[in-house]
Amino acid sequence: MSVSRMEEVVRLEQVKRHYHVGDEMVHALDGISFSIQKGGYWAIMGQSGSGKSTMLNILGCLDRPSSGAYWLNGVNVAEMDDDELSDHRLKNLGFIFQSFHLIPQLTVRENIEVPLLYLGLPAHERSAKANELAERVGMAHRLKHLPTELSGGQRQRVAVARALANDPAVLLADEPTGNLDTATSIQIMGLFQELHEQGKTVIIVTHEPDIANYAKSRIVLKDGRVATITEAAI
Amino acid sequence: MSQLFYVWPFVRLGLADVWRHKTRSFLTMLGMVFGVASVIAMLAVGEGASQQALESIKRLGSQNILLSSEKPPESSGSGAGRSKLAMYGLLYEDEQRIRETVPEVLLTVPARMVRRNTRFSDRQMELRVVETEPTWFDVVDRPLLAGRVLRTHDLEVNANVCVLTELGVRRLLAAEEMVGQLIRIGSGTFEVVGIVKNAEGGAVQAPDSEADVYIPISTGKKLFGDTVIRYTTDGHPEGERIELGQIIVKMSSTEAVEAGSKAMEAMLARFHKKRDYKINVPLTLLREAERTKKTFNVVLGAIAGISLLVGGIGIMNIMLASVTERTKEIGIRRAIGARKSRIIVQFLINTCVLSIGGGGLGILLGVAIPMVITLTTDMPTVIQPYSLFLAFGISAGIGILFGLYPAMRAASLDPIEALRHE
Repeated sequence: MSVSRMEEVVRLEQVKRHYHVGDEMVHALDGISFSIQKGGYWAIMGQSGSGKSTMLNILGCLDRPSSGAYWLNGVNVAEMDDDELSDHRLKNLGFIFQSFHLIPQLTVRENIEVPLLYLGLPAHERSAKANELAERVGMAHRLKHLPTELSGGQRQRVAVARALANDPAVLLADEPTGNLDTATSIQIMGLFQELHEQGKTVIIVTHEPDIANYAKSRIVLKDGRVATITEAAI
Repeated sequence: MSQLFYVWPFVRLGLADVWRHKTRSFLTMLGMVFGVASVIAMLAVGEGASQQALESIKRLGSQNILLSSEKPPESSGSGAGRSKLAMYGLLYEDEQRIRETVPEVLLTVPARMVRRNTRFSDRQMELRVVETEPTWFDVVDRPLLAGRVLRTHDLEVNANVCVLTELGVRRLLAAEEMVGQLIRIGSGTFEVVGIVKNAEGGAVQAPDSEADVYIPISTGKKLFGDTVIRYTTDGHPEGERIELGQIIVKMSSTEAVEAGSKAMEAMLARFHKKRDYKINVPLTLLREAERTKKTFNVVLGAIAGISLLVGGIGIMNIMLASVTERTKEIGIRRAIGARKSRIIVQFLINTCVLSIGGGGLGILLGVAIPMVITLTTDMPTVIQPYSLFLAFGISAGIGILFGLYPAMRAASLDPIEALRHE
């Protein structure tokens, strides 16, 4: 038990999240518990309104549970203030978004260097690391380009490189292929597969079963609760 | 050190941002440019003017009090066609009384000033003849260019010697060495024994700023007496009898000047029935000039402050627009793990790039304007080195002050909302 605890990267205990909308109380998440082992490859599924987005925000430390506990990499996020939450994201999380979210005025290299900048790495180390990461996602030849000069698939590769820059405990992808055509989607999912094989913990939030099928384990949310949970042995 | 690694990329980002929106940035910066330029230029002009005024006042001596004879208003010629002898002004008695009764008086210098015809070889010229004592040259700052000034001995023997000012020499068109030459002044012949520098131009009329010739007062009295006869335009003689045109009183210290001038004022008021004298205290003029300068600076400061305020508001406005424009970027940076404070720093740097950029251009313009003014109008300007630092500090300060609100707005955006922003 204690050994598996150490391997746990994500652990949620009775996580609830509710909002006040006017006089009404909306329970977006209504008591969710699960844990994810290091190296796991998970899909979190659900229809719109299932609490999927709220789940993503909480897993991504952009939001805090109203009650319950969330341990990311061994630390309870529920009690953190804004600065601690920011630092926690910086050190432990890699975000990948549906619409890539690269900073348009920065080059590929500069985009990859953003987390490294906040981590306080000196220029030459940032530069070396950016080269290495671009190489890893097959974008080394586009380092001086602006995001607008890249195709959707290329942009998502850059986004993955950026997400990997801080060597995060969890890679959190939100509909990573939502804006890509089928062929490119397959390439990107191949990239996630590679990362998984290299031992990364990957969580993909999606409503597409095709994409969810790439993952080894799966959680299906419904009305703010866990409907089904299927965990593969690592 | 690591802070530097951290700041530089944002400075570059700010510069790139300014460059990307060239027109917008330039227009935004204009407010700062004019604000800063006007601060520097106005300070330079003001300083130039006041230095000039102070200089000429200081030349009169801050320990000195100037008493001069003045024609009292009621004695001005009413009897048209009749010859008239006006008697007024300061007397030798006055000088003596001042020396003996007013405390802290170091010395008094009497002087009479009369315009007289002066001749040098075939050149004829009306010069102002200052009949005075050798101490004049101790009291009034008048550097010697050649020869010597008057001596006590000249006074004792009523010597026919004179000292010319540079301008006087030039007026007489004397090309050759003047010292040792003889000139005619009125009915007397005088040997030129020295040449002194003229007082440089000034806002305050110096008593001896013109083409002057100085002769011993005793010689003057013997030769010309106290009465001056002039002929009016309709040919009637008009005479004036003035014992002393001027008394310069030097006090032992600048602190004694005020009390001294009051004492003299009271004394003269008692002995003169008409107000036929005037008291000028260079120190008071100096104080007034300094006060004027202070007022001037306050007005300047207010104008400059308003233009900088307007400039700052312009920058703030643009930065607020920029925050809205870059909402998504802010969301991305926050999601990646930037603390609020880092977003604040980023936007502050961005604002400072704008304001300091504007300030820099303003400094260039502010240095150029006084130069152009001096070149085209002869007005002296003195660019104050501190005003450049002040301008730089102000522009950085404005960047921070007016950048703070947009930056805090940017930082307080909810990252989830910001990411969703299109």
